Amino acid sequence: MNAPDAPLVAAKDFKSDTKPVWCPGCGDYSVLAAITKALATLGLKPENVAVVSGIGCSSRIPAYTSCYGFHGVHGRALPVATGLKAARPDLTVLVASGDGDGYSIGGNHFLHACRRNVDLTYIVMDNHVYGMTKGQPSPTTEPDWSSKLAPGGTGLKEFHPLVIALASGANFIARAFTGDPNGCAALIEQAVRHPGFSFIEVLSPCVTFRPEQRGWKTQVHAAPVAPTDDPGRAARRLMTDDGFNIGVLYQGHRAPYRLGNAASQTVEALECQFQL
Amino acid sequence: MARAYAMELEAHERYAQFAEQLDTHNNREVAELFRKLSHIESLHAKRILEEMRWPSMPALPPAYAWDTAEGPETALPDAVHYLMQPWHALEIALRCELQAQQYFEGIAAGEAPPGVRKAALEMADEEREHVRLVRDWMRRVPQPEAGWDEDPDPPRTTE
Amino acid sequence: MDAKPSVSVALAGSGGAGVMTAGNMLLEAAALAGYYGLMTRTSGPQIRGGEAAAMLRVSTFPGDGQDDRFQVLAAIDWQNVARFAAELPLGPQSLILGDPAQGEAPEVFTRSGARYAPVPLKALAAEIAGAWPNMVAFGLLAGLIGLPADVLEAAARKSMKKGLDAGIAAAQRGFAFAAQLQAYPLQPPPAKAARWLITGNEAAGYGALRGGVRFVAAYPITPATELLEYLAPALAKLGGTLVQAEDELASINMALGASFGGVPSLTATSGPGLSLMIESLGLGVAAEIPVVVVDVMRTGPSTGIATKSEQADLGTALYGLHGDAPHVVVAPNSLADCLAATQWAVQLAESLQVPALVLSDQYFGQARGVVDVPSAANGSVGRTQAQGGEGYKRYALTPSGVSPMAIPGTPGATYTADGLEHNERGTPSSQPSDHLAQMDKRARKLAALDPGEAWASVEGDGDTALVTFGSCTGPAREAIARNGHGVRLVSLRLLAPAQPQRLARALEGVKRVLVLEQNHSGQFLKYLRAEYDLPGEVKSLRRPGPLPFRPAEIHAALAQWSHA
Repeated sequence: MNAPDAPLVAAKDFKSDTKPVWCPGCGDYSVLAAITKALATLGLKPENVAVVSGIGCSSRIPAYTSCYGFHGVHGRALPVATGLKAARPDLTVLVASGDGDGYSIGGNHFLHACRRNVDLTYIVMDNHVYGMTKGQPSPTTEPDWSSKLAPGGTGLKEFHPLVIALASGANFIARAFTGDPNGCAALIEQAVRHPGFSFIEVLSPCVTFRPEQRGWKTQVHAAPVAPTDDPGRAARRLMTDDGFNIGVLYQGHRAPYRLGNAASQTVEALECQFQL
Repeated sequence: MARAYAMELEAHERYAQFAEQLDTHNNREVAELFRKLSHIESLHAKRILEEMRWPSMPALPPAYAWDTAEGPETALPDAVHYLMQPWHALEIALRCELQAQQYFEGIAAGEAPPGVRKAALEMADEEREHVRLVRDWMRRVPQPEAGWDEDPDPPRTTE
Repeated sequence: MDAKPSVSVALAGSGGAGVMTAGNMLLEAAALAGYYGLMTRTSGPQIRGGEAAAMLRVSTFPGDGQDDRFQVLAAIDWQNVARFAAELPLGPQSLILGDPAQGEAPEVFTRSGARYAPVPLKALAAEIAGAWPNMVAFGLLAGLIGLPADVLEAAARKSMKKGLDAGIAAAQRGFAFAAQLQAYPLQPPPAKAARWLITGNEAAGYGALRGGVRFVAAYPITPATELLEYLAPALAKLGGTLVQAEDELASINMALGASFGGVPSLTATSGPGLSLMIESLGLGVAAEIPVVVVDVMRTGPSTGIATKSEQADLGTALYGLHGDAPHVVVAPNSLADCLAATQWAVQLAESLQVPALVLSDQYFGQARGVVDVPSAANGSVGRTQAQGGEGYKRYALTPSGVSPMAIPGTPGATYTADGLEHNERGTPSSQPSDHLAQMDKRARKLAALDPGEAWASVEGDGDTALVTFGSCTGPAREAIARNGHGVRLVSLRLLAPAQPQRLARALEGVKRVLVLEQNHSGQFLKYLRAEYDLPGEVKSLRRPGPLPFRPAEIHAALAQWSHA
């Protein structure tokens, strides 16, 4: 009876026994499943993987995995992951975030993580709303979406994460959809394999505050063209895309962040600089 | 048959996820039902292995090789609701079994080699039987009244 | 004039005059001659070309305080130098040296009664091809304070890259000219001993490395930048890493991430940056992640005076974190102590799994001193690491409060570090019992800390005590030395966790306590009143930065009180 269970056990190895608090039907369940599946496919061990997050629905993910997890403060997942990966390049580091955590309060870190190109996989679950604080507009919320905090809508144009990632120097840009957990897993797997920073924007419907997003499954479609390594072409594609193209949309060749070398001196030897 | 096996496995996994979600949301009755459905799908998977006399899991086709995002027997990830009732869960199961049945019927009527078409026909019969069982089951549970998904309290802030 | 144990000289001038180069050379020459010394600097707001002054104190004894006044103020020119009047106190015994070609000395200096003597610096330099007036000034000042001639060349050779021969010749010219002027000779230097020439920022950086720090995240900010710039190449040599962050929110979180990965980590900043880091310091407390933040304090609030010193971040460092967040605050009490204090902070952070703040300040950080080889912190208790295994509890309720920490890569011990309140396993919990148990545990770690003698410098006896911390310690010590009859000095090095029993013992028999600090609102006094029982009568001597306390004013406060 072991045999048929084999593939399940492998993905399950990456799940903790802490039960998610997400609403039933939430897209984030699929991301969790996709992450565990991708890590299993990659043949990694949970103790060699770290999942880092900030605050929000999406950021609950680390504790639901059996990997080392870091659930930090709002907006700061990328710096934590950057420090961790720079100090421990042997680890596989995933970063989980949402549109509020990653694009609003953590927006500056997003730009610089793209530019710095540390070998991280950045998974942003975008549902165009703040869920944990009960439904306020986020940077990706449509201008006319009405809420208690912004009656009648914010009137503000949406933030375009993929274009911003490209402009900031991101080297792997993909969009996934939680209605396709297998596709999502495949993209995560590809992103982890990609050297340097990889960014996956995951359309992850909020069934509680944005129930209309259940309709996304009829809108998404595979990107009609192969990924490009030409940033100019990618810029045109991303600027004009309908927001529902799924797949790797840009993959460049920029070298990852340069890490330190082995020690060449003892700490005591550094004293000579001060000696008279 | 490898596809059929993958289908059953994926369906089993999704129902198990649903069971867990509804457990957390204190909907024990439906959680239990999903656990049953999950168990049934795992038995189906197991039986395919036994029938095929495969010593272990076969090389699976790429899981996303379906026309749709996931296997035809797999429930949509957003199909659940925290206040859902058993009838809704069975409605999901019915849709899945129907899709599975149609999937195999399609193969049986298609261009595949005769051996494959024969197997597909058998599978379609099996799924048809499942559809019948689910329909029976649905007759035994109460139909939800209008407003079943109403919650007098607003969502909560947790962080 | 009689030889003195200490002479203070300042060299001022506007952009391009090279006063800092000359000042550094003079410090180097004094060191080579066997003296102790300290150089601080002041400058206008311009990035380049602004007026500046190098302020040196050369002495036969170690110390990092400034004297009451300068014996010599030399100026290559007087452009805007008057702005430094408050920082360059002179007296009737002082000497002002100016180049007559550059006009008269400003009244703000001459009204002190100091004598003025013209020195044609530019003309003297012009006699030597390729020579600069600042090198003449260097030689002149070296001559005035009685340094031997041979150290001029040695000092020039150590720091000059081009025009060395002309520079040496100019310095010798200045040195010879000094013979025409009233000298301010130093007493013979003390017995030769191994000494270092180091800034407080370098000392803190080196202390961090000695403590084991191998990851630093950095965001530039005055006056902490030099600390980070020291660490960048030093870490590279040690196989460590420095990442320049996009802001201080990032730098503290990068440090937390690296430390979570098992690598002792640090960042350095000043007040504005510290404010940005505060939220994440709370995360370090809750998730029990060791991290060290060196705050090189400058005047606040807001941008304040970025290049000047003040001890006004104390309140933020102690009480700025939201929630009950026990952590460590250490303050070096000499320039050289920046090394041991920072090293100690790393040890405390690592062994207690808490954030530790080091309250240095601009005065220490940017001053360069000739010091006795700094002592290092005693002992080295590292991080208690978990080996993994069934039922691992990251936040286990141990008697000491310290729970073994699993380092990523350790099988069977995975956990999620969380800023959410959690149970022993690290699973988020809103249970009152978990909250209380974890709060108790986190407090226990610090309550159980035994700092030994390191908690304070306690010196002397008598029924008056001068209680202070940080860079006020040097002038306080000097004031007490002048006082004649006994005054105790208690200079706190461990500010948090507070050590009430130790202070009570140190203050046994004391009837008067003078609390000395460099800020406007008396933050240290308020802290002492909140955390300790101070015996007898308590007075506060305080003022905000940027001017450092000088021994005379502290002495006056002590004398006034004992005569009352």
